[in-house]
Amino acid sequence: MPLLELREITKVFPGVLANDRVSMRLERGEIVALLGENGAGKSTLMNVVYGLLTADGGEVLVDDAPVKIKSPRHAIDLGIGMVHQHFMLVEPLTVTENIVLGREPGRFGIIDFATARERVREISERYGLKVDPDAKIVDLSVGMQQRVEILKALYQGARVLILDEPTAVLTPQEVTELFKVVRSLVDEGLSAVFITHKLEEVVAIADRILVMRDGKVVGETTPSATDEIGLARMMVGRDVVLRIEKGASTCGDTVLAVEDVHVDDDRGLEAVKGITFSVCGGEILAIAGVDGNGQRELVESIVGLRRPKGGRIELKGKDITHANARASIEAGVSHIPEDRHRRGLVLEFDIAENIILGDHRTPPVAKNGIMHPKAITEVARKRIADYDIRTPSERVHAENLSGGNQQKVVVAREIGRNPELLVAAQPTRGLDVGAIEFVHKQIIRERDAGKAVLLVSLELEEVLSLADRILVIYEGRIVKEFAVADADAETLGYFMTGGGGSKIDKGAVPSVPETSATGGDE
Amino acid sequence: MSAAAEDRSTNRDWAAIAQKVGTPFASVLLAILIGSLIMWISGYDPIAAYSALFQGSFGTPKAFGDTLLKSTPLILAGLGLAYGFRANLFNIGAEGQLFMGGLAAGWLGLVLAGQPWYVALPLLLLAAMLAGAAWAFIPAILKARIGAHEVITTMMFTYIARYLVSYLVIGPLKSPGQIPQTGLLPVEAQLPRIQSLFSDATLQAMPFLKMGRAHMGILVALVAAVIVWWVLKYTTLGYENRAVGYNPWAAETGGISVQWTTVKALCISGSLAGLAGAVEVMGVHHRLFDQFSSGFGFTGIAVALLAKNHPIAVIPAALLFGALSAGAGTMQLMADVPQKIILIVQALVIFFVAAEGIVTYFIKQRQKEATSNVG
Repeated sequence: MPLLELREITKVFPGVLANDRVSMRLERGEIVALLGENGAGKSTLMNVVYGLLTADGGEVLVDDAPVKIKSPRHAIDLGIGMVHQHFMLVEPLTVTENIVLGREPGRFGIIDFATARERVREISERYGLKVDPDAKIVDLSVGMQQRVEILKALYQGARVLILDEPTAVLTPQEVTELFKVVRSLVDEGLSAVFITHKLEEVVAIADRILVMRDGKVVGETTPSATDEIGLARMMVGRDVVLRIEKGASTCGDTVLAVEDVHVDDDRGLEAVKGITFSVCGGEILAIAGVDGNGQRELVESIVGLRRPKGGRIELKGKDITHANARASIEAGVSHIPEDRHRRGLVLEFDIAENIILGDHRTPPVAKNGIMHPKAITEVARKRIADYDIRTPSERVHAENLSGGNQQKVVVAREIGRNPELLVAAQPTRGLDVGAIEFVHKQIIRERDAGKAVLLVSLELEEVLSLADRILVIYEGRIVKEFAVADADAETLGYFMTGGGGSKIDKGAVPSVPETSATGGDE
Repeated sequence: MSAAAEDRSTNRDWAAIAQKVGTPFASVLLAILIGSLIMWISGYDPIAAYSALFQGSFGTPKAFGDTLLKSTPLILAGLGLAYGFRANLFNIGAEGQLFMGGLAAGWLGLVLAGQPWYVALPLLLLAAMLAGAAWAFIPAILKARIGAHEVITTMMFTYIARYLVSYLVIGPLKSPGQIPQTGLLPVEAQLPRIQSLFSDATLQAMPFLKMGRAHMGILVALVAAVIVWWVLKYTTLGYENRAVGYNPWAAETGGISVQWTTVKALCISGSLAGLAGAVEVMGVHHRLFDQFSSGFGFTGIAVALLAKNHPIAVIPAALLFGALSAGAGTMQLMADVPQKIILIVQALVIFFVAAEGIVTYFIKQRQKEATSNVG
């Protein structure tokens, strides 16, 4: 008897058939992965199950009984819990307070915190989800916050756990940890729906895989019956190159030289503690590391958004250490920011306005402070065509584009400017397979055109696939340099998490002399 | 996804435009309706009241002239507010900059006595703009440098401006006599009335030109509206202003200096408010005294809100508020409804426009959630 069954669920948004007669089953003690690109309808389907959206057709059955789920509260009562991509936690409150929120034990409006804490501890012990019940949410890492969300669902009596893109914000180590947790929960008799667009995760965790495309279920399979290539083909509807073939790099003149740079973060603490490296034309240098090890500050200091407090940055021999963003753009630095909604795009602007940002003062777009709409339209149309941005017109607002198309707008702008140096910070974050392939191809094209590329990424797969040379950053220092041929995910992960030093460093090679990376080696 | 998504985006654009134009209209209609309800409850005849109001604001050329008269500073102040809002700056102290603009015009007009009108008028207007901009400059620098909120600082500067003007018209700039005011501006420094530009014969033939006290300041305001629209739409200055207003982080990444843009935006906003003060002094009172503005700088906030910060839409929005205050007197005379009722209607318009902002904010939040969940 399935715990949860969906029959022919249909959901229509204005102009979009988000779910087209989707059926699925979830048995007790099973993990079903819902795989699909962004916009395939995965989250819509789960929002119907969780009572956030009402289906336009079809039925939901829980324990074989048809139900109309009217609200999340109702879903919770039926034993369905959901962990959203963006956590719904109250940051200043403690773990216990967050978990019992809405179902506080106690009477007459007075919360019995002793009981609450006891229950939280009990659940966390039963499922092996260790967390300090008195810690404040703000003080927890992202992985721990997610654990609190899971605990909250369990506290509310969830039998079905829906996890919406749970790994998007996690480090590789946290992902491994999460998988263990989910596996043990399922062993305890719970069931889970795992929403994702990452192929390797599906293969690693799912018992059964449902692939969605354009609102429909296009296939059902198991990890043993397929592989990542097969899944990608099902998901995208065509053959996808997961790892792009590229030729050997031909290192030209040094384009970017960073010398003993020190940078503070927003709180005034030193985040980059003396980093030295250089990137030559025709080379992709990747900086690998766990989020928050100084990558953001390093990138911002290079592109002129943050002033380094020491050291020197040169572009083609010209000192740009203290250049602001404008001077940096004019010197030939392009920047694909890690957060396209915050740094990359003005969402309220249309594509044309976004695609000229940074070029908006110079001909042909503007002369003497007056902008030329015709020239803007021309530039926009050319870049839309060159970078395959799917849109009916250049007048569509950026906020109405899919994530992949939004990123293409940023890529089109930054590469279309024809820079000397391309700084790409997590250029494929949150993108689906098809869009990742596109962005990767563009980056390699830049390299092959003799440009210097500095790639900063948290995704090891991406680093290994794109880079010619890899630097590992840890706590604001470069702790290791690899030629890509000598690197593998395991070794990188080891150095990224603070391994190395004098310990065994398997697979590592000595630094290449002409581009030596000297960090403050412990 | 392509075809469906295209439909969605174009549909949304149309929906957005309809919403943009529709909601201010709905706000005004609702305000008028509830206003009549209040009149009816208070024992007045709303139909008589509104028809008298209309009579007093649009019924005769002279009435229309009064509406124009009241609208002129509102257009300019509204433009100033709108330009600031576009950079996400709330220049709540427009009234202060307006006072400084009036002061500059009232003082310089006397200094330039003897100059021909084509020298005096542009210089006075320019001086008023500079004075307004200068008055916004210090709050602007404080905002850009140390992040002091412009709502506080510009408001403080409003008090300084008002008391400064009070002091000057009582003291150093006071003309001989009992009343605290400056001397009358020379004719060359006055903005002429519209009807004074035409001969008696022309006025006889075209009686609609007999617009009473309406003056050429309206032309200044209309030209200003077109210029502000053009600047926002077709210049780098306007582009950067909008970019910073929508998303300062992305603007900064694109090489735009957020601080410098903030300073420019507040100063331009202030210069438009200063211009509003100048047209009031040069066109209506022809001299400076401390009560020369009846809160035009503050009503300008409502005008900009109702116009959704669109410079051209500021014109009808200002006309509405101008008409409400121009017709209020007639309404009291003819329908025996107290003038103050109009303040209630004005307040209701502001209330619904603001409420609409709150409602759309929540709609947007929900849409954002929905789209981010269409995974």
